[in-house]
Amino acid sequence: MPAANKHNGASPETAWAELMRAGLAGDAAAYRQLLEAIAPRLRKFAVNGLLRSGIGNADAEDVVQEILLAIHLKRQTWMQDQPFLPWLNAIARHKLIDVMRRRGRRGEVPIEGLIEILPDEAAAPETSHSELNKLVSRLDGKSQTVVSSISLDGNSIKDTAAKLGMSEGAVRVAFHRGLKKLAELYRAGEAA
Amino acid sequence: MKTDDLIASLAADGPAHRPLRPLFAAAAILGTLCAFALFMLTLGPRPDVDQALHTMRFDFKCVVMFILAVTTFFVARDMTRPEVTRSRLRPLLWAAPLLLILSVAVELIVMPPDTWMPRLIGQNMPYCTTMIPLFALAPLALMLWVFRQGAPQNPVRAGAIAGLLAGGIGATLYAVHCFDDSPLFVATWYTLAITFVTGLGALLGARLLRW
Repeated sequence: MPAANKHNGASPETAWAELMRAGLAGDAAAYRQLLEAIAPRLRKFAVNGLLRSGIGNADAEDVVQEILLAIHLKRQTWMQDQPFLPWLNAIARHKLIDVMRRRGRRGEVPIEGLIEILPDEAAAPETSHSELNKLVSRLDGKSQTVVSSISLDGNSIKDTAAKLGMSEGAVRVAFHRGLKKLAELYRAGEAA
Repeated sequence: MKTDDLIASLAADGPAHRPLRPLFAAAAILGTLCAFALFMLTLGPRPDVDQALHTMRFDFKCVVMFILAVTTFFVARDMTRPEVTRSRLRPLLWAAPLLLILSVAVELIVMPPDTWMPRLIGQNMPYCTTMIPLFALAPLALMLWVFRQGAPQNPVRAGAIAGLLAGGIGATLYAVHCFDDSPLFVATWYTLAITFVTGLGALLGARLLRW
């Protein structure tokens, strides 16, 4: 059977790869749609992984958010002529293993990838005490103001620039730096 | 923070990106240029390089080191991708060592045994083992930087391959300077120097290439 056959029906490979290609070319709406489609699968993936390793799934949503951040920050490592799902799986696994290691568990991750598991239809839980909120408060000066304004208060880059009296370019730079720093803080996490 | 809000803000960060492959090539070229500049400022090519180019041993050692650098480049570039556990290009890495082993065998056959030790020890051993790592420093720094933009599955292995590539670049340049052309010398001291850079890369990779 030709390999293409595998990607019919349930597998989102083709659709996701197209959204990712559009996103990388600058289409923010497509990119957002992709991340929204990925999130429910990540949720199930994180819950499965955490339960299996005996950590408990109380903070699965933190893991989902950390994986989403990694997908975003490492998006340039997907080669557009290669399949998308193996790339996505590799990132999700890598971060889940990292989370387990930080909690002193052996990095045993479910063998099945994101595609084999059914998405969790349950809506994203309200996470008022999310890890990410704590980490944002540990960012320094400008990064913290910018990331809070955009990620927590939901302001646009433009509005944030106007509010803070910065250029849009400067806001973009500070925002991107802030996101990178957040990924680092996650990694250093737990200990702090 | 709700996950939907995070997603919205990631989309706002701008999904457009800087493709990794060209960046990787640029880092390797820039690293080579830095090493080349340092090479010209310090050792430079040997004075009789014109004649040396007509000798088989000189050409061979330069070509083997160049092959090491080029093959490592492609394997290393593959290893910046998170889904690559074992690069399909990995067998390429055997090319340089096999050629080197082959040349050692030929040297042992064609040269009488009492010349083996002098040829192995050579004249330049202290230079070789210090200058190759020195020339490799700038390429190593740049390769580690570009690996940080990537998502290597294993930080230690990624650091090691970055070190091997940097060592290969340093050794190619150094080969153009050195008078010791015997495969016995090259297989011993170049290998030692390149192994050192590879180990340094692995050590730094363990610290710098986690993500």
